[in-house]
Amino acid sequence: MAPRNKPEIKTPEDINRLREFLRAEEPTYVNTVAVCCGTGCLASGGHDVKEAFNREIAEQAVREDIVVKKSGCRGFCECGPIAVVGLDNIFYCRVTTDDVPEIVAETLINGKTVERLLWEDPATGDRCVHEADIPFYKRQGRLVLRNCGHIDPTNIEDYIRFDGYQALAKTLSDLSPETVISTIKESGLRGRGGAGFPTGRKWESSRNASGDEKYIICNGDEGDPGAFMDRSVMEGDPQSVLEGMIIAGYAVGAHKGVIYVRAEYPLAIRHLSTAIAQATDLGLLGPNILGTGFDFEIKIVKGAGAFVCGESTALVMSVEGKRGFPKPLPRPNTSIVGLWGMPTVLNNVETLACVPPIIQKGAKWFKALGTEGNAGTKVFALSGHVKNTGLVEVPMGTTLREIIFGIGGGVRQDRAFKAVQTGGPSGGCIPEHLLDLPVEYESLAKAGSIMGSGGMLVMDESTCMVNMARYFLDFAQNESCGQCTLCRLGTRQMFEILKDITEGRGRPDDITVLLELAEAVGKGSICGLGQTVPNPVLSTIRYFREEYEEHIHEKRCRALVCRELISYRIKEYRCKACMLCLKACPVNAVIGAKWQAHEIDQSKCIKCGTCMTVCPPKFNAIECVSGVEASK
Amino acid sequence: MPEAPLRKILEVFQGRKGALIAILQRVQEEYGYLPQEALAEIAASLKLPASHVFSVATFYARFYLKRRGDHVVRVCQGTACHVRGARNIMETAEHRLGIKTGETTEDYRYSLERVACMGSCALAPIMMVDDTMHVHMTTKRVTEIFADAKNEGKKES
Repeated sequence: MAPRNKPEIKTPEDINRLREFLRAEEPTYVNTVAVCCGTGCLASGGHDVKEAFNREIAEQAVREDIVVKKSGCRGFCECGPIAVVGLDNIFYCRVTTDDVPEIVAETLINGKTVERLLWEDPATGDRCVHEADIPFYKRQGRLVLRNCGHIDPTNIEDYIRFDGYQALAKTLSDLSPETVISTIKESGLRGRGGAGFPTGRKWESSRNASGDEKYIICNGDEGDPGAFMDRSVMEGDPQSVLEGMIIAGYAVGAHKGVIYVRAEYPLAIRHLSTAIAQATDLGLLGPNILGTGFDFEIKIVKGAGAFVCGESTALVMSVEGKRGFPKPLPRPNTSIVGLWGMPTVLNNVETLACVPPIIQKGAKWFKALGTEGNAGTKVFALSGHVKNTGLVEVPMGTTLREIIFGIGGGVRQDRAFKAVQTGGPSGGCIPEHLLDLPVEYESLAKAGSIMGSGGMLVMDESTCMVNMARYFLDFAQNESCGQCTLCRLGTRQMFEILKDITEGRGRPDDITVLLELAEAVGKGSICGLGQTVPNPVLSTIRYFREEYEEHIHEKRCRALVCRELISYRIKEYRCKACMLCLKACPVNAVIGAKWQAHEIDQSKCIKCGTCMTVCPPKFNAIECVSGVEASK
Repeated sequence: MPEAPLRKILEVFQGRKGALIAILQRVQEEYGYLPQEALAEIAASLKLPASHVFSVATFYARFYLKRRGDHVVRVCQGTACHVRGARNIMETAEHRLGIKTGETTEDYRYSLERVACMGSCALAPIMMVDDTMHVHMTTKRVTEIFADAKNEGKKES
């Protein structure tokens, strides 16, 4: 690299020059090994794999034009650690340090493919060499995740090479703040945090509001259990979030930005801090950005763990260092009276990451990606009982079936599909007959769920829907801030009733009481949390009422989940006294010895089912029963 | 409680608007939890009622008012982990460590906590021991990880 030739960034045009410079010097570095270092792959050993590549390449001293870099999350976390290797970008899955010498010798030196590390289609047994061939990726359209997995998130030059900051340069040199706002309005971009409020209108009301200081807050408090797309964007492409914020600041007339990140995301905080420092060094943040006289600075505020802080007024309170209490009704809009009483635009991570491509490619292009009223794409965190878990980005209007079966590959172990939960604790469970619903804000709401921030949890027949409702209400009653009586006490009561039902103490009128409480909590709460937390209960009663009835009247859990309603038994005539379950039982509840048929001490058994999973299928000696049989 | 680090933190944040949460976070980083004396001193320094500082410290899940163990074990109870058996992981950990969720072992070696979601749902169920994330957890692996923990599972042999 020849730093003296590298263009300095002084004007908007320099961004373009720098990009061309970086691209021109690229050919010497094409033989890359990109190891995914997102949270998922790191947990599976990504860092060790990257180090092993460095070591092995140095040791085999093969060529000098190989560069090992880390990339952000590729979204296919299930198959991590992922390494994309060589000129041909071969996509290797589940790479371990032991595989590295072989990859270096075969792929980097001999230019061959290591077949066994390629992704294998479980249906056909075919192996895919490239990312684009894998059905998981083939059926996606990646806009928000455009750079995730392709750039090094800790290197701003990599972002610039991939067209980063072009939108900012265009904004500052060619567009007036009004034009930026009208472009965003025209694009039809709606808030990706869940509520779907038109982003352009939000910006416009902040621009028109008067205040000595205005703020842009990026909501990175992804509190919904089961959602991790914002984390991946912050970790894998932090600069795009910053760029979106700077553009928003310019449009609104704000000079200060805050990114509120939850404390559970240490890597996101680290990558964002690095990104802010690098952007500041290049003059893309700070005073007089690109010589245009526009000032903007960004600081990170670390959350302290409260789900309710995803609500706009509560988040503002938290940034101010107070308890995250949603403000009482009637409350002014945050875009007019927000942080420190000043106009504040509060946008979600994903929303902001959409901004640069919209500015660059135009409102029409974005609008064409989705459906009428639902423009663009949406990222979902696909998890649960689905074959391909990970991040999925699809155009709005794609059906749930396409996402779960087309991209997700269907249900694991080929069990029967039962429901899909969208929108986390504020969402609902959608049954199979509604799988052809298009993913749109309105259609999901009509089905009793919500778009939410993008969690999408697939559940198979081994999931008990009453237990799911109980799970969400347990979460809700823990996270209720306590201001509204109906939310504080109502969620508690609903949880207690659901607990009773799942533990065999259900009463005949429980369903009626639950429905009454759900309505009251929804109506009697001032913020989105209280208004939506009854959704998981309402939707499960609506679509799976018979399961509630079985629990209440027959004390039976058909999914064999509710501990108090099931018991594990060893069929004496099938038991070969092999000691496997006896050794595996985490609480030593299996009694017996070698040559002596085993038995489960029901008083000790925690009903975890470990014994059943370790019992060899050919013996099949352990059964799980519920209802009348369990009480025998 | 040594007071010097607290004084230093308070000095750094002197006069900064809305810094209470950030101060509490720094103090907790320093001491491992929020000692009562520290809360009183923070209140005095910020000229806030002690009740206000206490209310903030108790509102957020990530603040701890009691000393915690040298190793913090966090079992994720997010939705994806829940449907893949997080409860079994939690209960096995409780059994192995001989404590309930939210408690600390007597020798201050381990604290056991539940977290709502760690955002690694694709690899559920998840358990974290300090900064190490264990993915695709099974009850068997919990037993292995805590093989040397105090409560040895009381094998009756």
